[in-house]
Amino acid sequence: MAEAEESPGDPGTASSRPLMRDLKAVGKKFMHVLYPRKSNTLLRDWDLWGPLILCVTLALMLQRDSVDSEKDGGPQFAEVFVIVWFGAVTITLNSKLLGGNISFFQSLCVLGYCILPLTVAMLICRLVLLADPGPVNFMVRLFVVIVMFAWSIVASTAFLADSQPPNRRALAVYPVFLFYFVISWMILTFTPQ
Amino acid sequence: MSGGEISSRSLQIFFLTTGRRFTGRMAAVDDLQFEEFGNAATSLAANPDATTVNIEDPGETPKHQPGPPRGSGREEDDELLGNDDSDKTELLAGQKKSSPFWTFEYYQTFFDVDTYQVFDRIKGSLLPIPGKNFVRLYIRSNPDLYGPFWICATLVFAIAISGNLSNFLIHLGEKTYHYVPEFRKVSIAATIIYAYAWLVPLALWGFLMWRNSKVMNIVSYSFLEIVCVYGYSLFIYIPTAILWIIPQKAVRWILVMIALGISGSVLAMTFWPAVREDNRRVALATVVTIVLLHMLLSVGCLAYFFDAPEMDHLPTTTVTPNQTVAAAKSS
Repeated sequence: MAEAEESPGDPGTASSRPLMRDLKAVGKKFMHVLYPRKSNTLLRDWDLWGPLILCVTLALMLQRDSVDSEKDGGPQFAEVFVIVWFGAVTITLNSKLLGGNISFFQSLCVLGYCILPLTVAMLICRLVLLADPGPVNFMVRLFVVIVMFAWSIVASTAFLADSQPPNRRALAVYPVFLFYFVISWMILTFTPQ
Repeated sequence: MSGGEISSRSLQIFFLTTGRRFTGRMAAVDDLQFEEFGNAATSLAANPDATTVNIEDPGETPKHQPGPPRGSGREEDDELLGNDDSDKTELLAGQKKSSPFWTFEYYQTFFDVDTYQVFDRIKGSLLPIPGKNFVRLYIRSNPDLYGPFWICATLVFAIAISGNLSNFLIHLGEKTYHYVPEFRKVSIAATIIYAYAWLVPLALWGFLMWRNSKVMNIVSYSFLEIVCVYGYSLFIYIPTAILWIIPQKAVRWILVMIALGISGSVLAMTFWPAVREDNRRVALATVVTIVLLHMLLSVGCLAYFFDAPEMDHLPTTTVTPNQTVAAAKSS
């Protein structure tokens, strides 16, 4: 994606310059998600690195230990991964089938980046769970998850809603709501062993 | 509106107003006559009856003949209009889905619904009106896959999450209970719900096609219309699943009855016209099987995903009297 501008006679900076550029692009998009404004940056310069980093982080934090009984525990790493990517692909397909004019990867990019608030919520929940369990612990986690869920919805709707014809906007936004709701539920019900 | 369609609609009005008995259909005919001059879209929306003698399609005329000699005037209208609707369905199906199945546009035709249409269809599934056919009234040759797919997805998560919450609340306070998210149940719920929403319509469609080849049925549904009806009829189970969190057996069974009553009646009223001309035993058996399968789904989900409340209260009820006795003794 950024190899085109490498200078061939400069091996020292050849690998770090595009890497820094990519990291900066990813960081810029994180900022756009945290402060959602109507801007086209997420859509125009889409990339899937950010969603991949976020998804891997979330799945690593959510996975249960292997000693758990298989039937009753939380999701495995692969299950979280599949849910996030399969869910994002399904929502994108749904949006395109309803007649939206957003491209496949742009939509994946937006949905993946808007998981950032929920990943932050997962980090906070993990920290809060280090304290003693109880109803106060649960209420704090519930509050954090609800706030981050609302943030994700607002951020993704700001980017995605304009791409749909107005008489179908609710139909395209509802699956996004369901998607982030399920991820929030997984974060809220995470119990360490 | 093409010239052909307008002329066929005026022919329909002519046909209905001359030489036919219409007990109970007077209001509809009057509406037809007045709305003929109204907005084309709303008149088409308000009167599914207005769609169609298809004079363009000579192959359909043999089907009209079994209609008039039978039954009362109202049933004649039902049969005729149901027949016309299925003719129109086939005709429109041919017109709409003209892209080959490997192109994206082909699948876009299944998502050609607006927000208000989806809401109307959901409302229709919640309020079954006797005599009104869900397919004819709401779907009317535009079956969509959006409703069935996302209603099933919501139902899967509603059942899994509500079951988890309900078990948590029932076992709350037990010393030996450790909360588990029971994530595996989501995939089980998804398998059950999606299998029901696709395989039962497939079986029903195959059965109806088979009976159609033996007995001349007036009303026939396409596979997508059956999937659509089943998908929308499952909507009532979403609030039911959420209310099943209440850990009272009586409340849960009342909810099962209400939900089964509503969605079962939607299904029964949809499929009764399709099997009515058949052997009476076959027709009754079909409708009873449809309702029975629906009941099996709801009762099965209730039994599997939601723990029974009374059994698990027994250990706590044996503990609490001792505690209250001990508290009384110590005070």
